[in-house]
Order: sequence, then structure tokens, then C-alpha cells
Amino acid sequence: MSAPETTAEAATDPSVTDEATAEAVRRREDSAVLRIGEDDGERLEAESSASDTSMIMNMGPQHPSTHGVLRLMLEMEGETVMRSKPVIGYLHTGMEKTAETLTYLQGPTNVTRMDYAAPLFSELAFSMATEALLGLELPPRATWIRMLMCELNRISSHLLFQATNGMDIGAVSMMLYGWREREEALRLLETITGLRMNHNYIRPGGVAADLPDGWRDEVLTLIDTLPARLNEFDTLLTGQPIYRERLQGVGVINTAECLALGVTGPILRSTGYAWDLRRDMPYLAYDQVEFDVVVGTYGDCFDRYAIRLNEIRESIGILAQILDQMPSGDYRVQDKKVTPPPRARIDESMEALIHHFKIFTEGFKVPAGEVYAAVESPRGELGCYMVSDGSAVPYRMHIRGPSFVNLQTLPHLMRGGMVADAVAIISSVDPIMGEVDR
Amino acid sequence: MNDVFETPVLHVSRDQLIETVVGLRDEGYVSVLDVTAVDYLEHPGRHDLPPEVEPERFELVVTLISHAAPGRTRLRVQVPADDPVVPTLFDLFPGTEALEREVADMFGIAFEGHPDPTRILMPPDWEGHPLRKDFAVGRIPVQFKATR
Repeated sequence: MSAPETTAEAATDPSVTDEATAEAVRRREDSAVLRIGEDDGERLEAESSASDTSMIMNMGPQHPSTHGVLRLMLEMEGETVMRSKPVIGYLHTGMEKTAETLTYLQGPTNVTRMDYAAPLFSELAFSMATEALLGLELPPRATWIRMLMCELNRISSHLLFQATNGMDIGAVSMMLYGWREREEALRLLETITGLRMNHNYIRPGGVAADLPDGWRDEVLTLIDTLPARLNEFDTLLTGQPIYRERLQGVGVINTAECLALGVTGPILRSTGYAWDLRRDMPYLAYDQVEFDVVVGTYGDCFDRYAIRLNEIRESIGILAQILDQMPSGDYRVQDKKVTPPPRARIDESMEALIHHFKIFTEGFKVPAGEVYAAVESPRGELGCYMVSDGSAVPYRMHIRGPSFVNLQTLPHLMRGGMVADAVAIISSVDPIMGEVDR
Repeated sequence: MNDVFETPVLHVSRDQLIETVVGLRDEGYVSVLDVTAVDYLEHPGRHDLPPEVEPERFELVVTLISHAAPGRTRLRVQVPADDPVVPTLFDLFPGTEALEREVADMFGIAFEGHPDPTRILMPPDWEGHPLRKDFAVGRIPVQFKATR
């Protein structure tokens, strides 16, 4: 049984960094990762002798279970996966380069397209980095609105995982249920931001608009209906023998390996290591809400599934607390430098019109400096490293995508397993290729 | 400045990089979160470097995290344009593999001892390093003047 348990105690194991463990991780890395060029597969195949029983197989980039355009080069021994190499870059559109031409106000429209399943987290990291450079202090309501939106987004992202994970394992009806619930969450996001995805809602200085009338009832409806639906997921999947058989003991990783590989998020927590930025390095107002950090025991695919399911429950608990504590006040900072004048003023004041126009065409200047701001996205630590040269566009903007780093676990998790397990493993890592390739 | 994101910054030379990371690892920094770089070719003036650090065109930025005493540390390493080579951190933290490949791909900084020094995001036959400041952005002409 690998039922995940919740714990609040700080898990820090000093032994995970000692020399011997690093060496062991290194050895496993060497035996799991296939280090050949992208085009070398066919050449090696042609050169290999008849006695050589292994073959190199390509999985993707067009494959329904790769969640986008992920290509895997697998070295196969019959149906067993030996070494493998993820080949990425098929969705690379140079978004970090693009960011160097967009003002700080236009920036969120760019980063929101990276992790398209959890767009608000990229916007949040970008905005917090900008605000740190500007030295802005946000009004409490803006902070709490951001938390509300992020938890809603975490729910929709984890529901998407439940749907696609079910589909990958063969529980196709789960796809429909997961999608149905996610649609409820997206409808709420649409009510508030105007868009289902790529919201551009969290912006430097606050959020784009105040919460609309009736938002409280809609959030209440969602957090009233979801728990029963999650229990249905439990009935459909958690206790089902075939589903458990496909996931338990598949794709096992331990804490030392996760830390050495820089892995964060549900994969790290599935090894029983409680690390969540929301609790351990609180940002926004996460130190004022109560929630448990969900951890697993065995670090296998089932733990990662169960963690995400239970994180939805924790997020629902956080939403209820946000509803109780939502302060009134401004939804964005009242700083003329970064905040455009209210819409009504533009009709009556020439200065307000000019001010509005200048903010949206020239942008605002940000003091020179560099900063790294990070948030806990549904996939792990999402960081934004920003360098400003004092102008109105970032000199350099880099997003540390959790999917990009987590993808390095694939060869470790897949080694020695069947090719059918590979599908379950890719699904349990939950990579979003938009964020991997940027 | 928001306190949450205030990170101690260490300026280290290329030769000291490995020993600094080893030292930090022994102090409880369990993970390398991020390896990236900045091309300071067009930056108008850098005032945030201490006087003893000689500014170079490239800067390698390494972010480490400690869990025992929650906090991050950022290492900034100056890398000259005529010899853009840095020792790899792969032997200490294998998770830097993809991140270093990205830096090599985007900035043309070579990592000495890296097990797989191939391009990661761009096609294998791509010429140039896109995130360098002298690599032009493709443009679609529009009738408005550029806002910059």
C-alpha cells in the first residue's frame, strides 16, 4: 500500500548530499541516459551486428501520450527499455529572446504562454520579479486575489493531469470526468479574467481587474461540488486493481536522486520529502493560510497520482480560507509610475489620457539590477531570473521551468521497465512542453 | 525590495566555481535549481559588480537552494568572450545537464567535461547562439515606429 500521508514536519535529511550518494546517483545517471546525437539513431542501427539484440526506437515527437511534442530515443532490449534520451526543442519559439523586446507590461502576455496548463504561475513569477526590482509593496487585496487565482489554476492543472493520466493508462472515461471538472474551474477563471487560458491577468503592480460581482458565489459553488467529484475519482481509479497494478512500483525514484537532479514539486514530494515553497519559503500570503504538504512514500507513479489528487483537496481548503479572509481595497498598487489612471478619468482629463497612452506605449522604466523570484507551480519551483538595465524592457528574462528540469528524470524512471510503463511514467512526470521548450 | 526574494550573491571566478559549489553543498545546499547566463554586450553600465571583479561579456548565473535553512544563493561567474569555457557542475549535481546544454546552445559557452555537449533546443545544424545580444531578432515590418 502506498497511500500518501500528510505531514507538516520539516523533512531535511543531511545524508542526501554526502559523497557516496552523489556517486551512486551519478552511476545511475550514466547507465540510464543515452548520450547520442539526435540523428545518430539510424546510423547506429545500420552499424549494429546481428548478434546485437538491442535496437534504438523513436517515440514521438507525434505521439498521443507524449503530451505535446516530446521525442524519446529508447534503446530497447525486446520490450524492455534500457537507456533513453529525451529530445526536445520542437516547440522552441525563442520566448526568452522575445521577452527582451517586450515592455514589463507586455511581458506577462509572453510568459503566460509557456506553461499553458498553469499560465497564472508564470505571470506571477514574472510580476513578482518586476515588483522586486521596482520595490513595490502590493495592497493586501491584490495579494489575496493572486492567491485565489493561483489556487484555482492549481486545481485546473491537477485536474488536467488526472484526465490525461487516466487516458494514458487506459481509463478513458477518466479523461471525460477530468475534463468536465477542469472545465468548471476554467469557466470560473474565464469569469474573472475574461479568458480560459493565457489570461494576462496578473501584471506587475497587481492584477488586471477587480473580481467581478458574484465571484464569491461561483467560487463557493466550485468548492461545494468538487470534493464529491474527487471522491468519484477515488472510486473510479484509486481503488481499482488494474489501475493500481499499472502504477504501483513503476518509475521509482528516491529523494537523493531527486535533489541531485534538481527535481521539485510532486515528484520530489512523492519520495516522502516534504518541500513546498508555499510553506517553506512563503510568498504572497501563504503564511496566513493553513494547509498540509502532501507527501508520498515510495516515489512511484501511484504516489505522484495520489499527491496531485490530494493537492486538489488542499487547494480547495485554501480557497475556503481565502473566501473568509479576502480583504477589501485596491486590486493594484496606486503608484502613478506603473498604474494607468482609472478608465473614467480618461474621458475627462487630457493628462490622464496622455498618462494612459504613455504607460501602454513606452512602458515604465525599472531600476537596474537583477533578481530571481520563484513560486510553487503545480509542477515545482517556477523561477524568473530578470536583469534590468534601467530601461522599459528587461535586459534579460529567464524562466526556470520545472518541467524542463523534471524531464531529466525520465531516463532514470524508465530504465528496466516495459515500453508500456514508459507511457505511464511520462504521464506521471506531467511535463508541459510549452514550458520545456519555451 | 521584497524580502522573500533577497538572495545572497557570490562573485566567483571560473577557477573557484567548482570548489565554491562543493563548499556550498557541504553547507547544506542540496540542489542546483538553475544555471543560466547573461550577455552584457549592450548593457549601458554595470554598477552592481564589486570593484575587485573584472566585468566580462558573459556572466554565468547559478542558483542553489538550501532546505535545512531555507534560502537560495546565487553565484555570478564572469566569462570572457574570447574564451567562453566554464567547468561543468555535472559531476556534483547531475541535474545541471540540461540547463548547461541550454546555456551552451543559447550563448555558446562551452562546459568543460560535460557528458553530452550537443544542442538542446535549436536544431543540431543551427548556426549562431540566439540569446547573444548580437544575434538579431527576426522582424515583421509594421507601419508604426518601434516603441523603443
